[in-house]
Amino acid sequence: MTFINYASREINCKIVYYGPGLCGKTTNLQYIYDSTAPQAKGKLISLATETDRTLFFDFMPLELGTVRGFKTRFHLYTVPGQVYYDASRKLILKGVDGVVFVADSQDERMDANIESLYNLEENLQTQGYDLKQLPYVLQLNKRDLPNVTPVEELSHELVRKGEPIFEAVASNGTGVFDTLKAVAKQVLTELRKS
Amino acid sequence: MAQPPFIIHEQQFQRMKAVLARVCVECAARVVFLVDRDGQTIAFHGEIGDMDTTSFSSLAAGNVAATSSMAKLIGEDVFPAVVHEGERESIFISVIGRSLLVVVFDERSTLGLVKLRAKRASFDVADILDDAVHQSIYNVNNNPLFQEITDEDIDSLFS
Repeated sequence: MTFINYASREINCKIVYYGPGLCGKTTNLQYIYDSTAPQAKGKLISLATETDRTLFFDFMPLELGTVRGFKTRFHLYTVPGQVYYDASRKLILKGVDGVVFVADSQDERMDANIESLYNLEENLQTQGYDLKQLPYVLQLNKRDLPNVTPVEELSHELVRKGEPIFEAVASNGTGVFDTLKAVAKQVLTELRKS
Repeated sequence: MAQPPFIIHEQQFQRMKAVLARVCVECAARVVFLVDRDGQTIAFHGEIGDMDTTSFSSLAAGNVAATSSMAKLIGEDVFPAVVHEGERESIFISVIGRSLLVVVFDERSTLGLVKLRAKRASFDVADILDDAVHQSIYNVNNNPLFQEITDEDIDSLFS
């Protein structure tokens, strides 16, 4: 839920990166964190296991600039991708303003992508949201690997509503900011419509 | 669609700050926060030093979200308060509707005192939040700020 503070003149929005395990959600946040000026970001918090798998969430606040005299701050979250952390995923979706689905483009991860996307739709519904009504972007990650599914095939399986699609290699930053911009723009446009 | 925005105005913000300042003194606390259950800092009062308040709020909300889900799994509706006691610093979190009153205190205070004062203040906090929620609904529909945001405004953020 967008929080607007007239006293501090701030607009705060929540964006969640969703997707199957090891698809690159944390890598997206890590790249944004590494490439952003210190004054525009807070700390990157990772609640991870000893083997660096996300246990609960990763979080970083990012300031993009001002709109009509209000600072816009985006709170970026990732969910744990592994199937058995579903309870945590539901919690992180509470109050979400926009979602990025990070798909793993490797052939052998197609089923995991489909399962995770169903899981996203289901978990949004339990929180009272409809994916079709929510600011949403699809990112096809790991496009640099040799065994990737063609974009058309991935799109056919994963597109839900004509959402923006970005090919990405999160580890080197390709497509990372394009994805973020697309979802942030939708969130602010939605605010205007409300 | 996403939930409608929650808006807090200058006057409500100052009233909230005054309540937090009072709680901070009465509890002999280091700092007192009011945090939205989605993890956004609404207001705080006290000594924060170099504490990253944004991360702190996000983690407090995550903490309460996790314990509330645990409550449901054992048949409780909600845990109205969460306490973490450290060797020097401790944290008391009280759930007030969709917000959290978070008191950070040290050996100058006691958990009993913090619980008592926080409970008393929770009614004032709830009043101000109710007021803000009602005004939010009115303002979303009548505030030109949102309607006046142009595509150029949004694009300029990314230039």
